[in-house]
Amino acid sequence: MKIYWQLFSAWFRMGLFTFGGGYAMLPMIQKEVIEKYHWASEEEVLDYYAIGQCTPGVIAVNTATFVGYYQKGVLGGIVATLGVIMPSLIIIVLIAALISNFMEIEWVRHALKGVNVAVCILLVNAISNLWSKSIKNIAAFVIFALALLLSLFTGLSTVILVIIAGILGVVFSKLGVLKHD
Amino acid sequence: MIELLITMAFEFFKTGLFAIGGGLATIPFLTELGEKYGWFTTETLSTMIAVSESTPGPMGVNMSTYAGYHNAGIIGAIISTLSLVAPSVIVICIIAKYLKKFKELEIVDEIFRGLKPAVVAFIIAACLNLFITTLFDPSKGLSFELINYKTWLLFLALYCFKFKFKDLHPIFIILIAGFCGVIFGL
Repeated sequence: MKIYWQLFSAWFRMGLFTFGGGYAMLPMIQKEVIEKYHWASEEEVLDYYAIGQCTPGVIAVNTATFVGYYQKGVLGGIVATLGVIMPSLIIIVLIAALISNFMEIEWVRHALKGVNVAVCILLVNAISNLWSKSIKNIAAFVIFALALLLSLFTGLSTVILVIIAGILGVVFSKLGVLKHD
Repeated sequence: MIELLITMAFEFFKTGLFAIGGGLATIPFLTELGEKYGWFTTETLSTMIAVSESTPGPMGVNMSTYAGYHNAGIIGAIISTLSLVAPSVIVICIIAKYLKKFKELEIVDEIFRGLKPAVVAFIIAACLNLFITTLFDPSKGLSFELINYKTWLLFLALYCFKFKFKDLHPIFIILIAGFCGVIFGL
């Protein structure tokens, strides 16, 4: 029973303090899922993100379902998902019901600007962690650079980029330049 | 009322099933819903996007909650949100069941070796916009006002703080930053 509560409350916290969508959740995932509860490793979270890119739905929900499923099967997946969507449900309904001009309240705007600065710092930190763990050789860097350039400067859908990266992964591995660490 | 709820459940399930690649991917589907059923106007939709961007939680979920509430109150919010996430939960549970077995295959492992660096790139690409709009104010054009010194001071101060207290929970940094934002009028 305790594990269900942990799944629900941890994902509730992550949902409550994620501003700006699925990727912005990374620092919270590193803290809660990886460091605190050891539900997944850094590499596994990257796998979930990659799969989440090519499957239906919101990335945060997909990741929550993955983590919950590996702890407690389908029910675990459902509990973690309910945890991550609950804060949105409560907050959005409150805002929609009570405040019609939420974005025009001055202190809310100031607070959000501050929060955005924090999110930037947390992301720099989270990304540098990921970088040191997943880009360890030239072949990995080539895939990284290509994916970055293509996603910044072309309108190619992420699904296509994922397929290209997967093919390069196989090719580079066969050539022996992309080794497992 | 029941009929409306069933239609909403069906439509948001469909959105959850076909919007691939995260929260922003739901926007075209929501636009279509607005046009087809008149559930909300384009203006409401842009308010929805602004509110979901600046409130906690995954954007796709926020948008469907807002749309559901706008249309049929609290029940509507609950039904549309649950319908939106249902396809993900089903699909991911199926994938999760076979992933570990699947990853034992040499070729699948090789595919994932290629995916990892690409995902880091996607994360950076997605965050770049946030970095630029937070640290610069492009609406001011190329002038000294482009750089808001208060924002940069807060950025540097928080960065040192985070560097000194490495194990601090992200929640604290977010709360401190929000508080500083109000105090210093960012």
